[in-house]
Amino acid sequence: MSRLVVLGAGIAGQTAALHARRKLGRDHEVVVVSPNSRWNWIPSNIWVGVGVMRPEQVTFPLQPVYEKTGITFVQAKAVSVHPEGRSGSPGPYVTVEQTEQGRAGETEMVPYDYLINATGPKLNFGATKGLGPSANSLSVCTYDHAAHASKALDEAVERMRKGEKQTLLVGTGHGNCTCQGAAFEYIFNVEFELRRRGVREKARIVWLSNEHELGDFGMGGMFIRRGGYVTHSRVFTESLFTERGIEWVTRAHVQEVAPGEVSFETLDGEERSLKFDFGMLLPPFSGVGLKAYDAAGGDITSRLFAANGFMLVDGDYAKKPYEEWSPDDWPKTYQSPAYPNVFAVGIAFAPPHAISKPMTSPKGTPIFPTPPRTGMPSGVMAREVAFNVVDMMTGKEKAPTRKASLAHMGAACIASAGASPLRGTAVSMTVFPIIPDFKAYPDTGRELRYTSGEIGLAGHWIKHLLHFGFIYKAKANPLWVAIPE
Amino acid sequence: MDARTPFGQSYYPPIPTPFTKRMRTNLLWQLLRFVVINVKILRMVRKH
Repeated sequence: MSRLVVLGAGIAGQTAALHARRKLGRDHEVVVVSPNSRWNWIPSNIWVGVGVMRPEQVTFPLQPVYEKTGITFVQAKAVSVHPEGRSGSPGPYVTVEQTEQGRAGETEMVPYDYLINATGPKLNFGATKGLGPSANSLSVCTYDHAAHASKALDEAVERMRKGEKQTLLVGTGHGNCTCQGAAFEYIFNVEFELRRRGVREKARIVWLSNEHELGDFGMGGMFIRRGGYVTHSRVFTESLFTERGIEWVTRAHVQEVAPGEVSFETLDGEERSLKFDFGMLLPPFSGVGLKAYDAAGGDITSRLFAANGFMLVDGDYAKKPYEEWSPDDWPKTYQSPAYPNVFAVGIAFAPPHAISKPMTSPKGTPIFPTPPRTGMPSGVMAREVAFNVVDMMTGKEKAPTRKASLAHMGAACIASAGASPLRGTAVSMTVFPIIPDFKAYPDTGRELRYTSGEIGLAGHWIKHLLHFGFIYKAKANPLWVAIPE
Repeated sequence: MDARTPFGQSYYPPIPTPFTKRMRTNLLWQLLRFVVINVKILRMVRKH
């Protein structure tokens, strides 16, 4: 009997665990370690953040799903990986710290034969002074944060109803943030809600981000066919911002968030500040801070993890200039080069470099988005890694054979711009490949037939459909496997 | 679009016409787009 341990129960962790459980016989064990007792469909948190959904509608308890599927659940936070075991303990294991009520703080060893790290990110609010819900800004990264943001939005609306003008600021809270798409969805949903509640004319809405231009989304933007031209997503996005009366500030690194005021540096070296009444700024991400130790207890964290805490896998991590970046730099099997029974998927793997061109201010501050690796790509890589691990556990293969490089994978992204069954809209984007390939597609880096973007009510319906479809799938309900990642 | 503020950020971007805006929530047109977008997504899924 072999034992697979999956760290994390987000989109990637749940996908990997369910597929592995489905494929493995009962003589093998699948264990999920997650500090959270509930699964969260994170893409719908933005709707919690404007009050059109409740936290219970975007989450469900994990334990019943694992009981039904035969997965062992350990509600705990992974602390360290011991890939060589230790003296007197022959096999590899993970040290975890319990988070379950009544057992919080207890540590435990969880042995493994194969390990999939799908821990997701640490929301690194500490990287910017005053950033985050426990300080001076709001967030929609978790359902709790989003519920808090919704309450703050209600209060801002009340002030507007009393005649006060309000400045609402939405964007990224650091020069190296990713996930601009979530902030994009949030600002358009906020704008839509203010119109719906009849107070739009009282609001100044401002976008603040580390993107070089609007529509970058951390992947250098994309080119699409539109009206007989091939245009950059910047044109499409600026049009949308202008249409909705939203101002924008790009190329910004937030230095500090004080109560009601944000200070930031721009790429041209200017230092500016902006007063706000309601501010939702996303944090930068880092790895969750797992440590690693060898058999003798020596610290080998730097062998398994990059300096930012994400796990090193089979990518090309050699530092090279933007002009020399290649699609081949990107990982294919997500296997650790140090330990072949260890894998990392979703946000947990270390990208070899950004996708957008790195830019630095005259003061040396890096201001550019880090690469997105959530949603659909996260699910696809988790499924392929799970299949590879199953093949290796059952002795069918000695090494991973399936590949899921972001350089050969497309993605679909549905970004809500207002939630209403008949008046709502969402931007529906498809992109292929995620990593631009200028050898295969010299003009635009991507296949234009598969790269598209449009806004409309149909996108909102699809976003809603995905909400219910993916929650159904994550619950492992009948025929869940028929729903693609 | 703010044509009275030359060189401002909202001066240059293209703005949808009333017809384009209407079509974004026109039920018949959006039902068709629903099918088209889903086909596009499924083609993407099948590529991997």
